[in-house]
Amino acid sequence: MSKIKSFSDLKKKREELKRSTEAGISAVEPGAPVQVKVAMATCGIASGARNVMEFFLEQLERRNVAAVVSQTGCMGYCYAEPTIEVRLPGQEPVVFGFVDLKRADQIIEKYIKTGELVDGIIPVNYETIDLMNKED
Amino acid sequence: METIKLTIDNKEIDVPKGTTIYKAAKELGIDIPTLCYMDLHDMNIENKPAGCRICVAEVSGRRNLAPTCSTNCEQGMVVKTHTPRVLNARRTVMEFILSDHPKDCLICAKSGNCELQAMAHRLGIREIPGAEYAEVSTYREDTSPSIIRDLDKCIMCRRCEMMCNEVQTVGALSAVNRGFMATVAPAFEQNLEHSTCTYCGQCVAVCPTGALTEVNHVPSVLRALVDPSKTVVVQTAPAVRVALGEEFGLEPGTIVTGKMTAALRALGFDYVFDTDFAADLTIMEEGTEFLERLTRYLKGDKNARIPILTSCCPGWVNFFEHYFPDLKDVPSTAKSPQQMFGAIAKTYFADKIGVNRKDMVVVSIMPCLAKKYECQRDEFSVDGNPDVDFSISTRELANFIKQANIDISNLHDEEFDSPLGESTGAGVIFGATGGVIEAACRTAYELYTGKKLQRLDFTELRGMEGVRSATIDFDGLPLNIGIAHGLGNARKLLNDVRSGKSQFHAIEVMACPGGCIGGGGQPLLHGNSEILKARATAIYEEDRKKPLRKSHENPFIIKLYEEFLGKPNSEKAHHLLHTHYFNKQSKVIIKQ
Amino acid sequence: MSKYNRHLLVCGGTGCHASESDSIVCNLRDELEAKDLADSVQVIITGCFGFCGKGPIVKVMPDNTFYVEVKPDDAKEIIEEHIIKGRKVTRLLYKDPLSNQPIPDSAAISQFRKQLRIVLRNCGFINPENIDEYIAREGYQALGKVLTEMTPEEVIKEVKDSGQRGRGGAGFSTGLKWELARRNQSDEKYVVCNADEGDPGAFMDRSVLEGDPHSVLEAMAICGFSIGASNGLIYIRAEYPLAIERLKIAINQAREYGLLGSDILGTGFNFDIKLRYGAGAFVCGEETALIHSMEGLRGEPTVKPPFPAEAGYRGKPTNVNNVETFAAIPAIILKGAKWFSSIGTEKSKGTKVFALAGKINNVGLIEVPMGTTLREVIFEIGGGIRNGKKFKGIQTGGPSGGCLSDKHLDTPIDFDNLLAAGSIMGSGAMIVLDEDDCMVSMAKFFLEFTVEESCGKCAPCRIGNKRLHELLGQICEGKGSLEDLDRLRNMSIVIKDTALCGLGQTSPNPVLSMLDNYYDEYVAHVTDKKCPAGQCRSLMEYVINAENCVGCTACARVCPVNAISGERKEVHLINPAICIKCGACMEKCKFDAIFIR
Repeated sequence: MSKIKSFSDLKKKREELKRSTEAGISAVEPGAPVQVKVAMATCGIASGARNVMEFFLEQLERRNVAAVVSQTGCMGYCYAEPTIEVRLPGQEPVVFGFVDLKRADQIIEKYIKTGELVDGIIPVNYETIDLMNKED
Repeated sequence: METIKLTIDNKEIDVPKGTTIYKAAKELGIDIPTLCYMDLHDMNIENKPAGCRICVAEVSGRRNLAPTCSTNCEQGMVVKTHTPRVLNARRTVMEFILSDHPKDCLICAKSGNCELQAMAHRLGIREIPGAEYAEVSTYREDTSPSIIRDLDKCIMCRRCEMMCNEVQTVGALSAVNRGFMATVAPAFEQNLEHSTCTYCGQCVAVCPTGALTEVNHVPSVLRALVDPSKTVVVQTAPAVRVALGEEFGLEPGTIVTGKMTAALRALGFDYVFDTDFAADLTIMEEGTEFLERLTRYLKGDKNARIPILTSCCPGWVNFFEHYFPDLKDVPSTAKSPQQMFGAIAKTYFADKIGVNRKDMVVVSIMPCLAKKYECQRDEFSVDGNPDVDFSISTRELANFIKQANIDISNLHDEEFDSPLGESTGAGVIFGATGGVIEAACRTAYELYTGKKLQRLDFTELRGMEGVRSATIDFDGLPLNIGIAHGLGNARKLLNDVRSGKSQFHAIEVMACPGGCIGGGGQPLLHGNSEILKARATAIYEEDRKKPLRKSHENPFIIKLYEEFLGKPNSEKAHHLLHTHYFNKQSKVIIKQ
Repeated sequence: MSKYNRHLLVCGGTGCHASESDSIVCNLRDELEAKDLADSVQVIITGCFGFCGKGPIVKVMPDNTFYVEVKPDDAKEIIEEHIIKGRKVTRLLYKDPLSNQPIPDSAAISQFRKQLRIVLRNCGFINPENIDEYIAREGYQALGKVLTEMTPEEVIKEVKDSGQRGRGGAGFSTGLKWELARRNQSDEKYVVCNADEGDPGAFMDRSVLEGDPHSVLEAMAICGFSIGASNGLIYIRAEYPLAIERLKIAINQAREYGLLGSDILGTGFNFDIKLRYGAGAFVCGEETALIHSMEGLRGEPTVKPPFPAEAGYRGKPTNVNNVETFAAIPAIILKGAKWFSSIGTEKSKGTKVFALAGKINNVGLIEVPMGTTLREVIFEIGGGIRNGKKFKGIQTGGPSGGCLSDKHLDTPIDFDNLLAAGSIMGSGAMIVLDEDDCMVSMAKFFLEFTVEESCGKCAPCRIGNKRLHELLGQICEGKGSLEDLDRLRNMSIVIKDTALCGLGQTSPNPVLSMLDNYYDEYVAHVTDKKCPAGQCRSLMEYVINAENCVGCTACARVCPVNAISGERKEVHLINPAICIKCGACMEKCKFDAIFIR
């Protein structure tokens, strides 16, 4: 990791990262890998999120699904931990709650592979600001 | 200097910026009650943690009540110190404090002299609501050789912590625990004996309640007095005679030497002697030692240790044994006057009157609490029999006199007994800071130069500043003298000695601010440092009135050497009147 | 590839569940089977939509149709009209409350703006251990802008104009605080982040530090630039090991990129951050105690003035702000003060993060604009009271706050409204209480905390809180009197008026607000010696129901104090004067004849 020497360098780096799927931010193009984010704040970890994360890492590879699995912070649904967010390429992300290993397996087989929804979806009930946009 | 105008209780006043409301009110004659606050302004010691919340008042524009001891005046401020809101708050807070305090007034050592008791009385507290089920914070009592800690009575005023850490820089006490069980104690709540405590007793001197008191040896003294087989000898320190009168309602600074002697005789002591005699003796021994070291030093002897430090203060000795044991060879090896007296009394004098030392009880009246510790140090006894058996403080003596129905002010002056009761003015001034070294100079000058002193009052060595210095002209030899009182100030001079920067030939250290007159066993100042100044003035007045003012001119000292000791620093003198020091550094936890 | 081309999402949250969402699901599935569409349209149960006032909810995807107040019988119409014929069922659509027009596309529903994530903008979106993800989401852009395009005075003006007030509890204007620190000249200044978060039940700061630590680092650097400091310190409680870990990683990564350290982004500005750890003392969340703790002294507050802006850490000008306060700063800089101040109420701008806990269905972290009402928070976002119980109160501000009752439900949340209602905003912990909670026990519970955490320096807090706690204990045991209620009030008022720091100044708040809002319950405890909520054991009576008792004597035999009398085969009687309320009899009884009242 080399130093970012100026503000314009920072802006350039931001543009590069936005396009990169390694950063796991945008997966809008069809053909891009599936993104799975596991909420790994203390409440998630306490409810078993580490096991869930390991499961996804292992199983997606074993079942030959192109995916990027990463950890993230608290999504706010503490009553439903462990929670994960799955984003199929070209689609809106879906949040699943009460994810144990059984449900994780279902999510891979049904939703990730075929798009069939699984029980336990948590509807997103908030709006998040976009820093790029000067208006709201 | 910017001036602030404000109004307190409808009275206007102008004060310099930075003045607290409490001080401004005082100037207006408004005496806001305080408990934890303490201001010894002449010594630059001020304690204002703002923890007791008794001094609160209403301040315009402020949502809650303000602690006046630590709130600065601001332009246009309007302060009200006794509205119903304030009075209710003060009373309720006082009820809280009393609810967590033992109701021991009847048998408490501080009863009648307790600031908490006085405040409860002043605020008219008549009941403690909820006392039936109120939990009281209790702690293990700790009795050390000099000081008793009864923390059930602590009100967290933090004065002792402030004195110990900031003034004395000993650091034996600090606040421990949190919340209801918070108290002030040595680290890990261990006993004082296992801490770096020097027993200087300054904590006792400032404690407003009975949480910190001295060990009371009066019962032991009384037992000795009524024991027909014992010959009880008493010695009195110089600082006692200018303060004892305060306990009997006399003005601070009244000299009561004669009355004190009479009272002691009335109490039943067989011989009433004067520690000042031993002070003269100390000058002989220490002065000779100093001159010997100085002479070698001036000749270029690298092994000659200069400066020399005085060693008559046991709190100070304890301090450097803990913190500067690497400099153990710097202080004089002379014992303190108390201990020299005991050694002489139980040998020279005991022989004279044909009494076995085991049947002689030597009692000392001291302004000091560390003396209680000093007299039980192992090296100050012979076959288990201590040179000084008991040391009692000025406060204990006053109480003892009162117990014996003696009205001191009505007594006629009496004289000390011989041969250990005669002293010169040099012995008296030991009681004030700068006195020991001045006494030493009077003798050292004449011994060194062989000439007679023209001027006996070395006023350049006197005063209340914490660290002082002066150069005395020893007939062409400029002698640099350093003086410190308060252990924090002593530390500064010692650091210089350790680093080699010190320019002094001789340094006098007193652990207590003001010197012995401000000792931990003296009548309590309750924050009034004017009393200290009055006592110091009295000391020098007593010195001036004495016909003999140089230690080496004391005829009884001369006789003592002729008959018994030979000469200063003789082998016998060394054996009886000199000591050595110990390394107590393991008790200090040093942070690397 | 999905075989389903449509999804029907039925809300399975407790509120909707109670209104038969199960039946709706069944009916929908039956209809689909009947119409042979079960293979192309999927019915799925979801978690709570947070729309409980309008439940049951059915959402149709992918066209985003949002049906409210759906009944099981509506299933047929939804399938026939909407799914088969493509015509939305207008009468079931959500109607905009202002225009009364039905809204076909749920994306337009303002209901979803109930929560607006500014502080939590990256939580759940990025991997907190990867600085690249933060940068990709505009991370450190605000710092770049500040260093290259703004002066310190301009930054301070922007923060002041935004109207942001401190989120740690005191609500002091952030911009003004920075300005005061800037004004004091010194060779050394400090920026301190208060991450001690001691309020029980509060985890807002933890979530920010675990989910988006860079937002705090960036904000501290911005603060340093504006006040003239090059040293940052984060005081974080040792009980947050994961947050500490993630902060360390974040600081290292920022240093590697040169975003912390010397000559940041080539502008000549130096700023670096160190961590300092708490040791389990709530009082060290108070800024002067925090500073003294960092200095290695006992964590005790000292009198203010002087304020830290004038003489703080090591006697130098110091600015102390809460984690949440800092986290919003980059957003304020990038989107502008005007935008931020357009959210919230007149005197409280922006959003606040709350940790919802207690007897509520949707326990969790929410972020709402100031001005959202308590009713919306509890019954909409929170999903209502658990197990269908009745709402009794909500404690805001933790042990320093007050308990608000149903008469306060329509209070718009902001600093001044909550204060006027007898509570405080606090750091954001909100504990919901129901009919089974005893308000005297609750006050005692909060006092237990403050008694434990008091530093012990000042008498009113050290001893006064203890006495408050004892008196509440007496009342819970039925040993109180009406005069004691007056004593509670007087002691509380005096403690508030005389305590040295915020801990003591707010610890009596639970007592005072309970006395104000639940006075009758307190009176019941002292005059009737009864606990209406059924919590205080000493005030409960164990009674034998004559109808059910068959006189088997099992209870009498098991009673440890022989309080039960009665002949075999005759109704037994418990003597309340002897009964110690151990409950053994009730456990033993096979006839359900013993109850508590």
